[in-house]
Amino acid sequence: MTDSSAATVLLVGTSKGAFVFTSDAARAQWTLAGPYFLGSSVNEIRADPRGGTWLMAAKAGHLGPTVYRRAAGTQEWQEAQRPPAFPKVEGEGGRSVGHVFCFCAGHASEPGVWYAGSSPAGLFRSQDDGLTWDGVAGFNDGLYPQIKHAVMEVPGGSILHSIAVDPRDAAHLYVALSTGGVFESTDRGANWTPLNAGVAAPFLPEPDTPYGHDPHCLAVHPAQPDRLYQQNHCGIYRLDRPATRWTRIGDAMPRDIGDIGFGLALHPRDPDMLWVFPMDGTDVWPRTCLDGRPAVYRSSDGGASWQRQDRGLPPQHAWFTVKRQALCVDAQDAPNVYFGTGSGELWVGEKAGANWRQIAAHLPPILSVQAVSSPPCA
Amino acid sequence: MRVIIPSPLHGYTGGASECEAEGATLAELLADLDRRYAGLRFRIVDEQERIRVHIRIYVNRQPALTLAVPLAAADEVLIVAALSGG
Repeated sequence: MTDSSAATVLLVGTSKGAFVFTSDAARAQWTLAGPYFLGSSVNEIRADPRGGTWLMAAKAGHLGPTVYRRAAGTQEWQEAQRPPAFPKVEGEGGRSVGHVFCFCAGHASEPGVWYAGSSPAGLFRSQDDGLTWDGVAGFNDGLYPQIKHAVMEVPGGSILHSIAVDPRDAAHLYVALSTGGVFESTDRGANWTPLNAGVAAPFLPEPDTPYGHDPHCLAVHPAQPDRLYQQNHCGIYRLDRPATRWTRIGDAMPRDIGDIGFGLALHPRDPDMLWVFPMDGTDVWPRTCLDGRPAVYRSSDGGASWQRQDRGLPPQHAWFTVKRQALCVDAQDAPNVYFGTGSGELWVGEKAGANWRQIAAHLPPILSVQAVSSPPCA
Repeated sequence: MRVIIPSPLHGYTGGASECEAEGATLAELLADLDRRYAGLRFRIVDEQERIRVHIRIYVNRQPALTLAVPLAAADEVLIVAALSGG
């Protein structure tokens, strides 16, 4: 249960800076702060559920990627003293971080530990709350060279976009990368095992290959960590560990909608409830709302069935895109759902997505939205 | 020697558009700049010691393509954040 009198804070990353929206207790009125780092592309702002630090993945157009950190109780952003970077390699072939894409707070027993994913696909860890970062050698130098032949440059570049830490075991990690697939480690990232059985990959010459798949978003349920969901290039899937074969729950979506999309949002307490935002994946993949009619789809039974939620959304002629980090749920007792669009609109789906209302328009293209239940830095 | 800093990097130099730094090569100069203004170097070159795609460096108005370019105390180094993108 959460404090229903607490404000909800939305951390919004855009292609031209970061914005912070703070609600009143009823989540009826929203106050905008920002932009922060106007002109920088902000892939994600992530709040630490353990201590309140915010991390921001930013890239000023000319100057390469970096990480900014805002400690709990402060209003100032501090640049990482050593941002994520690959090791220097003599001669040709060394990789350089193009941008930091995502963060994941470490286990509750490891305060100050964070993980970051990058493009090109890399995994990094900080042990000092985001001030300095080191590569996770088991991924960057161990797994990646073995699978790089299967890693393709998707339109945004190859990305390690999803990281999850098992809340029961600090050494148990999952990551997902486009392309490459889902991988699991049980030793803090020293060794990795592919976890892609059952996932369609018709674009590969050998579809039953152990890796090379294209997950768009991976989520582990915080209250039931054996329940995994992924929105893939080729459908929506669920996996209940210790099983290792994914089930395509997107087959239950309406045929004319399909199960292609980018983001995936899980109810904070109910492992059977999730939301997706279908995108047009036909022909050349326009990645816009299907037929120009945006809708969120919710399942309350683990993906066995889906309900369309479009009340309040434009009924037609809306051709926006919702990116993989731009769909989220807050943690209030009656959670709201949120998404941001590539055309700079921010929407709230009140009553678990039953009624949609626009919070903001005319922002820069929105790359990510994260909901925080209370303002840790206020 | 005199180093001219582009506006996107003024946040590192306290607003200064030029400064003094030392080094017998461009690599040494950037290391000295980073000692004076922490974090500045990584904005100019990446972890593979490559000058970032949208950065140009000129020594006495001649393009410097690698960090091995030799420098003398009287040289002028111009760092440019290239115009690019929308």
